Amino acid sequence: MRAYFVKRVLQGVVAIVGALLIVFVAQRLSGDPVALMLPMDAGEAEFAAMREALGLDKPLPAQFGIFMVNAVQGDFGDSYQWQAPAMTLLLERLPATLELALAGLVFALLLAVPLGVVSSVHRGGLVDRAAKVFAMLGQAVPGFWIGLLLILFVAVELQWLPAFGRGGLSNLVLPAIALGWYPVAAMTRTLRSSMLDILDSDYVRMERAIGLPERWIVWRYALRNAMVPLVTMIGVYFANMLGGAFVIEVVFAWPGIGRAVVDAVFARDFPVVQAGVVLAALVFVAVNLIVDLSYGLIDPRIRHAKA
Amino acid sequence: MSEAVALPRPLLARLLRRGEGGFPFLAASVLALVLICALLGPWLTPHEAGKIALADAMTPPAWAEGGSAKHLLGTDNLGRDILSRIIAGARVSANVALYAIVISGLIGASLGMAAGYFGGFVDAAISRLIDVQMSVPSIPLAMLFAAVLPPGEAMVIFIIVLSYWTWYARLVRGEVLSLRERDYIKLAKIAGVATPVIFYRHLAPNVLNMLLVLATLQFGSVIVFEAGLSFLGLGIQPPNVSWGGMLADGRNFIDVAWWLITMPGLAIMASCLASNLLGDWLRDTLDPVRRQI
Amino acid sequence: MLRVQDLKTHLFLKRGVLKAVDGVSFELAAGKTLGLIGESGSGKTMTGLSLLGLPPKPAGRIVGGTVSLDGRELIGLDEKTLADEVRGRQIAMISQDPMTSLNPVFTVGAQVAAPIRAHGLGGDSRRDAAHLAVEELQHVRVPAARQRARDYPHQFSGGMRQRVVAAMAIACRPRLLIADEPTSALDVTIQVQLMDLIERIQAETDAGLLFITHDLGIAARVCHRIAVMYAGRIVEAATAEQLYAEPRHPYTQGLLASVPRLGRRDKRLISIPGNPPDPLALPSGCAFHPRCPHATERCRVEAPPTVMAGDDQVACWLHA
Repeated sequence: MRAYFVKRVLQGVVAIVGALLIVFVAQRLSGDPVALMLPMDAGEAEFAAMREALGLDKPLPAQFGIFMVNAVQGDFGDSYQWQAPAMTLLLERLPATLELALAGLVFALLLAVPLGVVSSVHRGGLVDRAAKVFAMLGQAVPGFWIGLLLILFVAVELQWLPAFGRGGLSNLVLPAIALGWYPVAAMTRTLRSSMLDILDSDYVRMERAIGLPERWIVWRYALRNAMVPLVTMIGVYFANMLGGAFVIEVVFAWPGIGRAVVDAVFARDFPVVQAGVVLAALVFVAVNLIVDLSYGLIDPRIRHAKA
Repeated sequence: MSEAVALPRPLLARLLRRGEGGFPFLAASVLALVLICALLGPWLTPHEAGKIALADAMTPPAWAEGGSAKHLLGTDNLGRDILSRIIAGARVSANVALYAIVISGLIGASLGMAAGYFGGFVDAAISRLIDVQMSVPSIPLAMLFAAVLPPGEAMVIFIIVLSYWTWYARLVRGEVLSLRERDYIKLAKIAGVATPVIFYRHLAPNVLNMLLVLATLQFGSVIVFEAGLSFLGLGIQPPNVSWGGMLADGRNFIDVAWWLITMPGLAIMASCLASNLLGDWLRDTLDPVRRQI
Repeated sequence: MLRVQDLKTHLFLKRGVLKAVDGVSFELAAGKTLGLIGESGSGKTMTGLSLLGLPPKPAGRIVGGTVSLDGRELIGLDEKTLADEVRGRQIAMISQDPMTSLNPVFTVGAQVAAPIRAHGLGGDSRRDAAHLAVEELQHVRVPAARQRARDYPHQFSGGMRQRVVAAMAIACRPRLLIADEPTSALDVTIQVQLMDLIERIQAETDAGLLFITHDLGIAARVCHRIAVMYAGRIVEAATAEQLYAEPRHPYTQGLLASVPRLGRRDKRLISIPGNPPDPLALPSGCAFHPRCPHATERCRVEAPPTVMAGDDQVACWLHA
């Protein structure tokens, strides 16, 4: 387990360094990075100070070194919109984004698990066919448009739920649906096919032969096995949702890092943008690491194989 | 189970039979329509896409109350004809999708081919690059480059290529690796057949099929991606028309004009659905056994 | 105790109807063992599954016959009654492959406790059921049962897993135990141990044992009576002594001519010419006639009736 853990952490570190490299390249790609880092009305003295801080007179590798040293300390410069360190600003907004992504994941699972189970138990039945059509449509519809439609019908027409902002549970419902919408199809399909395999397995036959109620067999004994491939994908889904949250946050005026970064792009507040990208990569890597290490919780074979 | 029979059969059956039945005419027609609109847009639009006519502003679609036959899908807050703008938007969507996919395909396939064929250091380097690329979520990455590059179609294409090439690279690398281990390739090598010939004869046909399937499937996903960027205001800039941009405009009038956000969304959905269906059909036809994409 | 009459289970496949079990009749008394012998595909496993009301879904269906256990008719019971009152409670099955018959993500203790809880025998609490599960594991001689109950199946050897499967099957003291090739996946020494165990359990609980196997050696050792199946029918049934000393049906004769020994694992019975028939296109008349050295014109045209000779039965024109 330890060797495996170390290896995964190292891979994560490589990925983060890669992300930092991309940010660094993007900075230089724009021509004068100082112009990016400072507000448009900055004076000549500020420019000179910034040049020195970034070490722009030094060769590129040294510049990257300085960038990395700062980055490791979480220093991506100050947001000039807010006059505060960019990373600190974003970290304050991270809980909102995580809350949204988590709610999206919960929505997706709440829909996908029953759909996947029922369509495998009643293969070819009404739910199975409906889920197929739903999946096909679902994969073709962008989440932000679902968000707009939800605002239009649920918030504006029916006035059931609030359309904008963060607050109680009622604020969370619509953005969570818009965000969790997309992976439902893939999750349902994954679960359905693993359930079909498992319901046909020797141990399910054995469980039937000793008279366990079908309800237990399907929802307890088979489902836990079928969840293994789904959980292995959850890291990817959750990470994608963090990315998707950037758009959904704008649709619902959700005060998370996504909206902050979009605002920053328009305000040409580059420190916030680059901190946002690095933070997204960090969370992405961390989530995948956590998920990777948690397979063992549901599958004892993995737990013991790595021990 | 018997309730299933009560479902509206024709549409459902047609949708469900994808991949098993014949050529998906509906999906192919939708895609063809998008391409035709992209090519002939200005000659097809009933009105000039950018023409402002404040007198006609906020006309609902023709079938709705207060609608007029002059504007089939209604008009926006400036009186611009929605149908004309959707047709004009098809040009951007198709343009971006085609360029982005061809360039990602070329870059990804070349790198994947090199990684799979040379192995060793080259493979390690390219694989690491793919790993890094895949550990940075694509939307935040897009924002980074949107912040530093001049906005416009070229930037959107660049951003999409940046996120999409890894798919092609992984696909081709995997295929080359597995083919390289096949006996007939080894035999051909031992028999002294030149490397390019081996590539041409054995690798190219397989790989090309799979690339075609992937490209078709991704056509829709790229359209969605572009629409997302443009919706955020980071992609295609006015006065150029894009579906995502139309959604962003319509969002401001969501409580008064439902058609402003439904119509462009339907266009996105139809193109994406069509590309998925056609891609599935191609996969079932070209790679029926493995279905690995 | 158990009386099966004219049981028919057919599989309705796309390519046609497969008559997996086609008119099987036999009886089994408490405490006795009946061997059901045949090549793979002869319908012996399907017969076992049919007794449990579990023909493979969705193709399989029991289309005729009666199965009465202690005077109660089982065919036609609804699914819920079967699950609640019959499976595991009155009839239980020890399945073929111990490596795949245990659920990989639940502890062994939980799996043995499951039937006890499902049939309401463990008192009300989960803890009581777990306690009983440990007792069952001790009963099947799993060493250090208390600790091992918390382990997962992959931490057990094949022989130990088969013991766990046996513990699950006998947890509710069923009247009838079906053992479907319980030893075929195991080493010879483990086979012997396991058979001893099954026999001991049977003696303790006075259950009937339906022993499904293709291994004549093991069948000879444990069975009081043996029924030989071919193409979904019982072609001959007799006491073990009678069957081995004086086989009546040419198919049985062929099987015995392959000189079985304990532990012999041949799947193919080489002394019979030809191959088992295509179950979807059975030969006319007697299904065995293309491979039978004594086949006559009549065998080709007309299926032989089952003739009783005392308690024994045989379906062959030679004995009609």
